[in-house]
Amino acid sequence: MSQQLGALGPDQTAVAPTRRKWRVTRALLRNPMAVGSVVTLAVMTLLCLLAPLITGHDSMYSSVDHVNAPIGTEGWLLGGDAQGRDMWSRLLASISVSLTAALIGTGVAVIIGVVFGLVAGYVGRTIDSIASWVFDLVLALPSLLMLIVLLPVTRGSYQLTMMLLGIMLSPGVYRLVRNMVIGIRRELYIDAAKVAGLSTWRILTRHVFFVVRGPIVIQAAFIATICINVQAGLAFLGVGANTPSFGSMISLAFTNLYGEPIQLVWPTLGLVALTGALILFANAYRDALAGTTTAARRRSRRALADVVKRADEAAPTTEKPTEKALLTVRDLRIAYPRSDGSLNEVVHEVSLTVDSGEIVGLVGESGSGKTQTAFAMLGLLPHEAVVSAKELSLGGRPLLGLTPTELRELRGPDLAYIPQEPMSNLDPSFTVGSQLVEPLRRTMPRAQAKQRVLELLARVGIPDPPRTFHSYPHQISGGMAQRVLIAGAVATQPKVLIADEPTTALDVTVQAEILDLLRELQHELRMGVLLVTHNFGVVADLCDRVVVMRDGRDVETGEVRQIFHHPAHEYTRSLIDSILDEETVRTDAPASRAKEGVR
Amino acid sequence: MIPFLLRRLVSGIVVITVVTSIVFFLTYGTSVQIARNILGPSASDEQVAILNEDLGLDRPLVEQYLDWITSAARGDLGASYFTSEPITEALANRLPVTFSMVIVAVLITLIASLALGITAAARGGVVDRVLQSIGTVSYVFPVVIIAIGMVYLFAIVLRWVPAIGFVPITQSPGHWLASIILPSITLAIGGIAGLAAQIRGSLVDELGRDYIRTLRSRGVSERAILCKHALRNAAGPALTVFSLQFIGIFGASLFIERIFALPGYGAYAMNATVQGDFPVLLGVTLVSVVLVVAVNLVVDVAQGWLNPKVRV
Repeated sequence: MSQQLGALGPDQTAVAPTRRKWRVTRALLRNPMAVGSVVTLAVMTLLCLLAPLITGHDSMYSSVDHVNAPIGTEGWLLGGDAQGRDMWSRLLASISVSLTAALIGTGVAVIIGVVFGLVAGYVGRTIDSIASWVFDLVLALPSLLMLIVLLPVTRGSYQLTMMLLGIMLSPGVYRLVRNMVIGIRRELYIDAAKVAGLSTWRILTRHVFFVVRGPIVIQAAFIATICINVQAGLAFLGVGANTPSFGSMISLAFTNLYGEPIQLVWPTLGLVALTGALILFANAYRDALAGTTTAARRRSRRALADVVKRADEAAPTTEKPTEKALLTVRDLRIAYPRSDGSLNEVVHEVSLTVDSGEIVGLVGESGSGKTQTAFAMLGLLPHEAVVSAKELSLGGRPLLGLTPTELRELRGPDLAYIPQEPMSNLDPSFTVGSQLVEPLRRTMPRAQAKQRVLELLARVGIPDPPRTFHSYPHQISGGMAQRVLIAGAVATQPKVLIADEPTTALDVTVQAEILDLLRELQHELRMGVLLVTHNFGVVADLCDRVVVMRDGRDVETGEVRQIFHHPAHEYTRSLIDSILDEETVRTDAPASRAKEGVR
Repeated sequence: MIPFLLRRLVSGIVVITVVTSIVFFLTYGTSVQIARNILGPSASDEQVAILNEDLGLDRPLVEQYLDWITSAARGDLGASYFTSEPITEALANRLPVTFSMVIVAVLITLIASLALGITAAARGGVVDRVLQSIGTVSYVFPVVIIAIGMVYLFAIVLRWVPAIGFVPITQSPGHWLASIILPSITLAIGGIAGLAAQIRGSLVDELGRDYIRTLRSRGVSERAILCKHALRNAAGPALTVFSLQFIGIFGASLFIERIFALPGYGAYAMNATVQGDFPVLLGVTLVSVVLVVAVNLVVDVAQGWLNPKVRV
């Protein structure tokens, strides 16, 4: 089996992108916007190529008799301009100039950006720093002005000007490619390719370029519109010799705006059709890459609306709370909409209670739905989550169906939360103190709130509270940050504290201290605590009761002591066994005793 | 903070030197007939040689560049080859026109982008789609077309504002505003498209982060979470895009000045480029690059102030 997987490995890397390529192409073919824009571009290209056959006059030919000739004059399909030249012929010539300008500018930008981006992203180090500095410099140039200032050098040749513009637009491509390559480089299959002995160049071209080309196509379309617009703009200003161009047509028509406004219509239409087709194609391509169609999204939204309504109807609990429990959850379900609009239920009929002064452990492997359950109680699930329950109440008050404001008022004085990862849960832009003071300002003046926060910081064991108060999150350690978060959670003296793996991200030595602190605070404040964890050792250490979850269901509930000695469910037994093996290393007294009990 | 600023200042000076020298060597280095162009075809070789000597064009290029940049550092950009008008003076007359327009455009961009970006991030829906449409329009329609459409609609059909011309703010603030409001709005459309989308994107990213959930769990209001915490953290990337939009707006003003017949630096630069008036071109380049460097420096300082890791 493992051999088979190994053999599949390298092949998969080639197969997956190919399949994706076809998926993208098919998605594009189904999108009328994409098809329409490609057809528009093709027709315009064809018209340029056929120009000598389908126009009566050269674009430069000027006839005094046809100055401002009306539309449909014999042989002058769109009439004549203010200088008696054939508008139809000039229009086709302009398309051809625009397409050439786009090809040159985009070609230069993409080649420079891709080559340097691949190299800088893949090789890194000095080359990366130098290249990034140079491209940053180019990005900061006032590019339009530079193009105009350098016109005496390019001698009015729009091709040369577009090459310069291509250089000035290359930083966008460079950054895109470089950042994507750096991302991919860390991915597994590049390592696999290296192990397989592929040369750096082959890895770059075959594997890396395969992945980055989608975004490059999109960016190239945008660059092409910039090139077309800049070329037209420069021609509008009257630079670039006598080349026919949308810009010079617009410029001439602009001087004629009061007399013959219709003359402005043709170049505008031509220009907008060209750039519009490119932009719409880019947008359609992006959608195809993202793999979402608006139809699916709409369907999902409608299905969601139905379900939410049902959940709302179910929410008001008609039965009164059965027990005196502080926090009661009965048959909690959490579901998320899939991309096709159906619902994917991740938590099924979970029930638990937490009483004041009690610590309840919510145990399970990662992915068992325990964090989802915890967030549902706090009302902190993402917007798209669909939550329903026979009962979800705090002190007899139903939590489902509360308005966001009502729920917000409960958070703090009634419900509080300690997160898992200390550093990412502090706002990096504000001092520790200001973040802790902010929620307290609802009930007390600033000076008092600050005093209280300083006391709390001292209470949670921070050695120099004023200093930590004025520190930014990046200036304190992970253990300190977790103490700060605990202080933030208990600051409002909540009735129920929900702690989501509060020690998982910390060093072993710090873990024990944090658990001790939690126990003390729980005792002092007589809080009910729901402790979400995957660690049975923590449960044994701290909890009164425990709820075991697996695959979104609660498989077993009971007193900690009883469950340790007589786990009813096989899954609980395996959890205890696996964790106790690890635990014996620490010679944790109650745990090892429990292990003997199991045997 | 001080070493950080010094480093940025030095890199700014490097940018100014590199860009002006590129323009200098490309223009002076590739055109051998400057004096001939000035004097016209009927001038004798002797006259050309005398003028070359007068202008110092017979000296080595490097020497000429050093000469130029040392006087430029003292604020003397030389004089036009063709009109002999001092360039520093000419720019001082013309830049207020351009700056009026650019500054108003930047203000419109900032206010509209913040309003649109924040609403789109918080509510989505209609505002989100409006934002996307502005983006598409600003890409599909070149600024020249948008400007002409503006002139046609507001100045010719509706006659709300004058189509062309500039009134200094010292003369009449009301007429000043009327003379630059159309060009400024036109310039702002492109800026709004880029900046508002960036603000929206960064805000959506920030709103999904852990610390936002933790702040919510403490009962902090949605308003404070969005406008204080998320916005403050989203401001960094938005500022970077803002500095790029500023440069874009400044560049696009070249086109806009022509359409609205505003006597700004754009017409001056165009004239010089058609004639081959190199000292003027260099002066215009220097002013633009100094402006770009200054904007980037201000943005860097703002970034440093926003990001406590840089500030300390």
